[in-house]
Amino acid sequence: MVDAAIGGQPIPQAEVGDVELYHPHSWLTKYVFSQDAKIIAIQYALTAMAIGLVALVLSWLMRWQLAFPGTLSFIDPSQYLQFITMHGMIMVVYLLTALFLGGFGNYLIPLMVGARDMAFPYLNMLSFWIYFLAVLVLASSFFAPGGPTGAGWTLYPPQAILQGTPGYEMGIILMLTSLIIFIIGFTMGGLNYVVTVLQCRARGMTLMRMPLTVWGIFTATVLALLAFPALFVGAVMMLSDRVLGTSFFMPSIVSMGEQLQYGGGSPILFQHLFWFFGHPEVYIVALPAFGIVSDLISTHARRNIFGYRMMVWAIVAIGVLSFVVWAHHMYVSGMNPWFGFFFATTTLIIAIPTAIKVYNWILTLWRGDIHLTIPMLFALAFIVTFVNGGLTGLFLGNVVVDVPLSDTMFVVAHFHMVMGVAPICVIFGALYHWYPKVTGRMLNEWLGQLHFWVTFLGAYAIFFPMHYLGLLGMPRRYHEMGQTSFVPESAHDLNAFITITALVVGAAQLVFLFNLFWSLRFGREAGGNPWRATTLEWQTPETPPPHGNWGKELPVVYRWAYDYNVPGAKEDFVPQNQPPEPEPA
Amino acid sequence: MGVTILFFSGLAVVAVWWLSTQRLTSKPWLEQGTALEFPGSGAIGAATAKVGLGVLLSAIGSLFALFISAYFMRMQLADWRPVPKPTLLWVNTGTLMLSSAALQWARVQADRDDIRGVQTALLAAGVTALLFVAGQLFAWRQLVDAGYGLTINPANSFFYLITALHGAHVLGGLAALGRNIGRAWQRRDIARLALGLDLCSLYWDFLLLMWLVLFGLLLLS
Repeated sequence: MVDAAIGGQPIPQAEVGDVELYHPHSWLTKYVFSQDAKIIAIQYALTAMAIGLVALVLSWLMRWQLAFPGTLSFIDPSQYLQFITMHGMIMVVYLLTALFLGGFGNYLIPLMVGARDMAFPYLNMLSFWIYFLAVLVLASSFFAPGGPTGAGWTLYPPQAILQGTPGYEMGIILMLTSLIIFIIGFTMGGLNYVVTVLQCRARGMTLMRMPLTVWGIFTATVLALLAFPALFVGAVMMLSDRVLGTSFFMPSIVSMGEQLQYGGGSPILFQHLFWFFGHPEVYIVALPAFGIVSDLISTHARRNIFGYRMMVWAIVAIGVLSFVVWAHHMYVSGMNPWFGFFFATTTLIIAIPTAIKVYNWILTLWRGDIHLTIPMLFALAFIVTFVNGGLTGLFLGNVVVDVPLSDTMFVVAHFHMVMGVAPICVIFGALYHWYPKVTGRMLNEWLGQLHFWVTFLGAYAIFFPMHYLGLLGMPRRYHEMGQTSFVPESAHDLNAFITITALVVGAAQLVFLFNLFWSLRFGREAGGNPWRATTLEWQTPETPPPHGNWGKELPVVYRWAYDYNVPGAKEDFVPQNQPPEPEPA
Repeated sequence: MGVTILFFSGLAVVAVWWLSTQRLTSKPWLEQGTALEFPGSGAIGAATAKVGLGVLLSAIGSLFALFISAYFMRMQLADWRPVPKPTLLWVNTGTLMLSSAALQWARVQADRDDIRGVQTALLAAGVTALLFVAGQLFAWRQLVDAGYGLTINPANSFFYLITALHGAHVLGGLAALGRNIGRAWQRRDIARLALGLDLCSLYWDFLLLMWLVLFGLLLLS
């Protein structure tokens, strides 16, 4: 049993938990089947980035095909659809969700709230390995007969499980199985993130003293725990339709001149289930990003976050509202116009708390002591990109504007801005910010500048013109445009431009990967608190923090997370665990 | 999606109540000092594992609520032909109730420090839960023999899928029960055993409630 103390006073065992029990005793339990949240976080992050690289290569291949059709002979229409599907699903679920919650959640929650570890370390370990299994099952579909599924990342029935859709043989089965496994694994992790925030906070860490990063991850996890079951239900029912021949989603169908045995199912039912998960999923990714970016901005502008209470309330409000907007993804499904009206209204209402957050970020920057470090650059890029993507979201949220734009490149540009580029900017910013804590060394600044500018400018060069292509009417998911009257010749040149930029931006990510590994060995020594930040993770006695995080003495929290440039203070930041100065007599 | 919205509203009420005790309107930038001066910082009184189970049950509840929503949506279409309810289902319901009751009995025995009583009650709970699962499988058999196979009608598909899902959760619970039976036999760490009994009992009551809701739903349609 670790004997722990707070402020020199020994404390009852209940407050520390059974730490000794799961201290690793061998290399295998320390680095592979580790129960230390920080190791699990790194495992999550590396796995997510590895499968994300696969998705990146897929996007290269798709872009190549769009710009120079026919030059890569192995990309036929089926392959193209398979690439789209896998790219989308990997990026949304297996990269973004896993990295934000499994990666940052695991690393930051215990450290930021002053806990020794997650509430249920064994479950936490299991969560990673089940996620790993889900990734393996998904990746195995590349090698299965018929290849991966090409149903589109939304997997709409009936076509998803009909013969003629690529991956009908095994791909769709493996995809659904992988999703089911992912959700089971995620639930285990999610329990940990929620319960750790509820139960394992250090003394003095009230909810309103938590950094916004923790608020974001906490709320996103609650959303995920409630929304992923919808995907689970949809996946189980579709799997049963495909394998057991039930007709949950399958209507009577004549396929290739042959009456299938299906009958009476409702494809719309799947759309409801999918988007009941799918829209909260946007915020499962966005809320952690909101939280992290708030902390990055505050730290690197040396200024307390503007409107902390509003920020917290907005996170909670967005979380609640995200459950009542799902059908705005289904305007063209032929639903009752009054439904469309209702969902358009809720969609526009969600813009209010979101806008509050944007204003507060800007007001935090206002007259701040802005340090243009790499994390700050990425945070600024996030704000700009998120506002951009949010504005096109207002277009698409209105039924009359959405109907003509539906299934065009405009939609692709919109969601890549808001859900692709924006959260990825936060992920990069966060990696540059917390890398020194994880490894004890700084990432190389010069390589970081190169990575940032190419990524930021490149992403705009890719996705801005794509809006224009969408307005022209260029449809998404098409393998080749061919000759059409409404798409001018210049649009093809634009496509080629986008593709070349995409290749360059993709290559810039390799610079980042190189930096990650190079700095591990050759980076500048960081020290315990290189950014002079207030939050608890920077106050650990050792860097990188060992298992158990805090050594003998648990931290006590005396103040909120944003005491920067406090008038009268000796330094321009006051750590959360620094006791208040005694009042002069 | 009415059922789901209703379920989520219930969860939202709990969440709002809890948040309202957490001083979300305080101005943290004005407050410095230790926790004791500022209430509302502590953890929830219940054991961490119990809070964890509560969170898990919300997620499982969401799963069943979504299934029921889908069931209602599908039920409204014209080709819905309800499944006959084998009498065996009533027997199974009784068995599951017995199982839940046995776990309550185990808790009472644990309070009395009667380890033999705990062992007996746990075994009874395990056996009745297994009987329940076997009974459900047998009910399937009866339905299939009567010509109500999985793919004949959407109502059948829903019946099999929902009962299978519920059964899978019972089996998952049995794994946890097995660990507690092990603890009861080794007769060590009685405090941990008492917590385990609480958790099992809560989970069993939840599954019983779910089954009553699902069974009621099947009977109504």
